[in-house]
Amino acid sequence: MIIDKIKKVNVQEENRKNLKASDMLVGKWVKCDNCKEILYKEELHENLGVCPNCGKHFRLSARRRIKQIIDEGTFVEIGNGLTTKDPLKFDGYVKKLEALKEKTKIEEAVVTGVGKINSDEVVIAVMDGNFLMGSMGSVVGEKITLAIEESIKRKVPLIMFCLSGGARMQEGIISLMQMAKTSSAIARHNDAGLLYISVLTDPTTGGVTASFAMLGDIILAEPNALIGFAGPRVIEQTIKQTLPEGFQRSEFLLEHGFIDKIVERKDMKETISKLIKLHINTNN
Amino acid sequence: MPKIKTSAWDKVLLARQASRPKALEYIENIFNEFIELHGDRLFSDDKSIIGGIGKIEDYTVTVIGQQKGKTTKENMERNFGMTNPEGYRKALRLMEQAEKFNRPIITFIDTPGAYPGIGAEERGQGEAIARNICSMSNLKVPIICVVIGEGSSGGALALGVGDKIVMLENAIYSILSPEGFASILYKDASKNKEAAENMKITAKDLKDFGIIDKIIKEPEGGAGENFESVTKELKTYILKSIKELNKLTKNELVENRYKKFRTMC
Repeated sequence: MIIDKIKKVNVQEENRKNLKASDMLVGKWVKCDNCKEILYKEELHENLGVCPNCGKHFRLSARRRIKQIIDEGTFVEIGNGLTTKDPLKFDGYVKKLEALKEKTKIEEAVVTGVGKINSDEVVIAVMDGNFLMGSMGSVVGEKITLAIEESIKRKVPLIMFCLSGGARMQEGIISLMQMAKTSSAIARHNDAGLLYISVLTDPTTGGVTASFAMLGDIILAEPNALIGFAGPRVIEQTIKQTLPEGFQRSEFLLEHGFIDKIVERKDMKETISKLIKLHINTNN
Repeated sequence: MPKIKTSAWDKVLLARQASRPKALEYIENIFNEFIELHGDRLFSDDKSIIGGIGKIEDYTVTVIGQQKGKTTKENMERNFGMTNPEGYRKALRLMEQAEKFNRPIITFIDTPGAYPGIGAEERGQGEAIARNICSMSNLKVPIICVVIGEGSSGGALALGVGDKIVMLENAIYSILSPEGFASILYKDASKNKEAAENMKITAKDLKDFGIIDKIIKEPEGGAGENFESVTKELKTYILKSIKELNKLTKNELVENRYKKFRTMC
């Protein structure tokens, strides 16, 4: 009987492992695309969106991220109500944005606001991959710039969680200029002597990497996040070689000296909090 | 005779033409003296970027230019104008030097994009571009940026944060190549012509957006057809801009530059 039970469990396990990830997205289960383990969504969420089996850090929505980092009840959202001018009059773009707003319950690919981390006030910006892969168009650029300016006005640290496929192609050259706009604001923030912690999460690429993401006083990253300027496929097509294992992952960037520290999600809030407290200057 | 309307795709071809004048030719024609300086002091000397000190009439200036080749051999040497991190860092070193010695900066932009390679990523291509953009926004000397050919993506913007932004009439300035745009958004790289029209990448488009300040006219067939007239107009504009920007205090200069990019939406 015991053997039968084990057999039954094994069959169930097999069946679960054969399920396609897409079959489960609508349900209560999700398959870890790293270790192939089937995970109960609630359990995954309770574990901060990290696979309890292999430690893979799943992508988080901006709302969930804010919940994990900001003290309960202290978050006040800023920068809403902006709309793109749709500079290329790109077919179907505005409609798509409307549909995404409805679906994701956020206004754009970044959520910004003021809140507290272990009682210290900060301005926080969190990008969301569910919204056109966190791409930066005029509204994202504007919201991020407003957040930077708010941080300067309040004289509080700035925390940005980056997640982006890069510039928003549908807005053409206007998207490119958001890199200049946000980076200029960071220059002012720097001049004001304020702390900016940039946290790179999977994936951080293109125009976001080549602007505010790489300009943190301190740059943290989640484990195994894809971080780079050019996308891996573009590089492969250009150099006509297969890329080495681990290329453009957090660990690769740490080794090459481009990030300060890799931090697991369970330690993220405490690490950021410690860094903030270490910047409360006692030497003045 | 009425001028034949040049399509956006025609301009892409003109901007990329091998025979089109490159940064060095502009430098030779506009500046009465030029001494090239090399290296980023960190890794190497990127030949896709030329930098140095020059004189335009009585003004000493720092000149930075992205250099493409006209022949395959030259292009190999210049990496087809695709800059590596060390190129951006050389440019930044020279621009910071310009600030120290209080001389204006003139940049010439001509690149298909920052180089997408393994080494470029290892050495922080994203960081190099970000640092240039951030630092340029805050340099306390006048900066004049001229797009002479292809201004593609962050690889162009890394030399493009200035007080005056100028484009040659047939130059293009874009988020990425029309081919890349077509392959990503139309899922069909052969729709490059359609992409070029829809992307709004011509000098006129950018002037209409308020991103650039001035278009330098080109003769029919491109800048090379009457290079003297093109460089003459450009030189006049650069001189006029230097005089105008020199009247501002350092704070006004940086404040105006901030506002210029702050309002691009």
